[in-house]
Amino acid sequence: MAETAIELKGISKSFGAVHANRNIDLKIEAGTIHGVIGENGAGKSTLMSILYGFYQADRGRIHVGGKKAAINTPSDAIALGIGMVHQHFMLVQNFSVLENVILGAEGEALLNTSIARARSELERLERDYGLEVDPDSIIEDLPVGLQQRVEILKALYRGADILILDEPTGVLTPAEADHLFRILEQLKEEGKTIILITHKLREIMAITDNVSVMRQGTMVATRRTAETSVEELAELMVGRRVLLQVEKGEAKPGEVLLSVRNLTVKDSRGVTMVDNVSLDVRAGEIVGIAGVAGNGQSQLLDAITGVRRAVSGTVTLGGEPVDLTGAADPADLRARGMAHVPEDRHHVGLVLPFEENENAMLGYHRQAKYLNGPFLNIEAIRADAREKIEKYDIRPPDCRLKTANFSGGNQQKIVLAREMEQDPKVLIVGQPTRGVDVGAIEFIHKRLIDMRDQGKAVLLVSVELDEIRSLSDRILVMFAGRVVGERGPEASEGELGLLMAGVEEKEAAE
Amino acid sequence: MDFFHSLILVLDSTVRLSIPLLLAALAGLYSERSGVFDIGLEGKMLAGAFAAGAAAAVTGSAWAGLGAAMLISVFLALVHGFASITHRGNQIVSGVAINFIAAGSTIILGQAWFRQGGRTPSLPGDARFGAVELPFAGAVRDVPILGDIYSELISGHSLLTYAAFLLVPFTWWVLFRTRFGLRLRAVGENPAAVDTAGVSVSWLRYRAVICTGILTGMAGTYLSLAQNAGFVKDMTAGRGFIALAALIFAKWKPVPVMFACLLFGFLDAFAIRIQGTPLPLIGQVPVQFMQALPYILTVVLLAGFIGKAVPPRAGGVPYVKER
Repeated sequence: MAETAIELKGISKSFGAVHANRNIDLKIEAGTIHGVIGENGAGKSTLMSILYGFYQADRGRIHVGGKKAAINTPSDAIALGIGMVHQHFMLVQNFSVLENVILGAEGEALLNTSIARARSELERLERDYGLEVDPDSIIEDLPVGLQQRVEILKALYRGADILILDEPTGVLTPAEADHLFRILEQLKEEGKTIILITHKLREIMAITDNVSVMRQGTMVATRRTAETSVEELAELMVGRRVLLQVEKGEAKPGEVLLSVRNLTVKDSRGVTMVDNVSLDVRAGEIVGIAGVAGNGQSQLLDAITGVRRAVSGTVTLGGEPVDLTGAADPADLRARGMAHVPEDRHHVGLVLPFEENENAMLGYHRQAKYLNGPFLNIEAIRADAREKIEKYDIRPPDCRLKTANFSGGNQQKIVLAREMEQDPKVLIVGQPTRGVDVGAIEFIHKRLIDMRDQGKAVLLVSVELDEIRSLSDRILVMFAGRVVGERGPEASEGELGLLMAGVEEKEAAE
Repeated sequence: MDFFHSLILVLDSTVRLSIPLLLAALAGLYSERSGVFDIGLEGKMLAGAFAAGAAAAVTGSAWAGLGAAMLISVFLALVHGFASITHRGNQIVSGVAINFIAAGSTIILGQAWFRQGGRTPSLPGDARFGAVELPFAGAVRDVPILGDIYSELISGHSLLTYAAFLLVPFTWWVLFRTRFGLRLRAVGENPAAVDTAGVSVSWLRYRAVICTGILTGMAGTYLSLAQNAGFVKDMTAGRGFIALAALIFAKWKPVPVMFACLLFGFLDAFAIRIQGTPLPLIGQVPVQFMQALPYILTVVLLAGFIGKAVPPRAGGVPYVKER
């Protein structure tokens, strides 16, 4: 039995009425990679923020290296050798790598000596751990993979022996994720202790030594990774058996319902975000668009759904052309049978301060069934919302509740119910399960397959490669605004990963 | 030669008119770079001017006036900080409130204490920051051009003027060469990064608004003890807002701030100079137009015609940890 690096005893933390952590015990062995897994909202991030001193626990004790530790601020944690790589990087975007690394650990009041010292220290860390990054480049010019490296360097520069990584692979390509895992392995060999927070079971199995499962603020189990299975962990996370594999039959593609030809979209700075993209979606099939976030998928969705103006290209919806140059009106497109589940439900899909029933019909509020002369028919709207709540198992089943008070998965169901229940011809779906827990993912995937089997044309954009592979009948890969390849659902992850990383088609085929 | 001499005169008054703008804009720079927007520069400057005028009238000392001005401006800056840092209130509302408080209370207190209709008593020379003759200013006066520039333009300003210009490189140095400056810039861009690096966001922002208070106090003192001989009601006359415009115009950078303030000061000086005299081709230019020019230029800049002014990313947003 290795010695214990960190021991948490009876940690509890509430935010108002919400118990984020209840009486949590956790033991982390030194020199291991320890996974903490759980659904969104299970309290993983809160627990780690307590360990890092970002939040203070209401109750409980923390022992570091066998000694009781008082961690009230991040600087206490740093002093104890704890470093954290946050899910949303804590970097100053317009600072250089060096400036970000020394921030808060500058040493003396004047910068020139601390900068010089940091530069040589960074060189050493880069050499020792293979963490190459140009110390003078500006953060916002760096790809996310490198930004994450800067976060790791920040922690190591502060002398961290215990490194917490919160959902580190969410923004990475499969290749970048593999590289990160190699770095973590190497850090482990150097004797560092690593805590990996994730909701991806595959990562846990691939890299951790031990894994702890959290559910609804409690710690439900800790296992040796070698002695557990994906199925067992999923069940522990959700509290019931989960179907990890989507069951679906053969697709029966019909006529082309959505056709995009030579679509080009530029952003406000005039940079080409979507470059001459053409694609067809037929009735009764799901076309998935894979790609690392930021390769033009969002802009493609925006242009097709009329949110953003396209520079050139044509879109036909059910055989009828869509006017893209005059910024097609999203309401008009809706009326013509295009439903849209936006990527960002908080800012685009929902008005969070509204009641559930209002969001359940927003965008379709001009339809006769919701109106009573010039006024809204409140009774009809609420009855309609209650029906959707029932059908989509939205919890809590209260159509008068403020939308902000629903969990991520249930908010997403509200959007899906609104769009799917309109019986559209074409369904455009962006990131359907981002920030959604495993149980709800299963439900959402099933509903998407149902839509397909009812003969809808479904265009699915997701950064989750697993999701794309299990749902799609055809997979298009986007890189730097272009569609760089098309594959069937049987394509291997490695093959898609190479395409996503921009490796040319010919090379990828080899 | 005559043209040259009037040019020197216009430039000389440009310097005089720029100083309150420069001090106030540098003041705003500290606060806004730390992520605390400050529309209350005007109010703090006005309160500072009043405090300086009142204290100098009572004690007969310009330095006491400066001290009182800094004290009261720092106090108001701390009020703004308390509202917007500790209580995470709306920074615009808090700033506007400070402007109103300053505008009203200076008149009321002035009338209650001195009974001169809201003014402070007219000050004798040694209770003011008078002109400082630089060495040899008299001796070189007759040297053509250079002598004129040295003795008229460079020499003969108050101590506060020279201090203001020295504060420009000093601010640059603080911002870009010290630990405090690095953290200050960071907290205005991404306070969470500062917090997770183990540095207190609140304390950092409080120190920034204290700097703002000190500098607005100097700006106010300049108005009542250097440019004028005492406090007059509403004597800032919108300079705090022009300073804010200059700060935006200069994209929150110290050296450009100086040039923006000199530009706006020049427009002001030029407007005074040409008052009543028609310009060739254009004819008579209304004074109001010249006074509006700084704002017009700033709006044009903000509309994106002259590059892009990107404010500190966390500006105006109170820092709350997630949840």
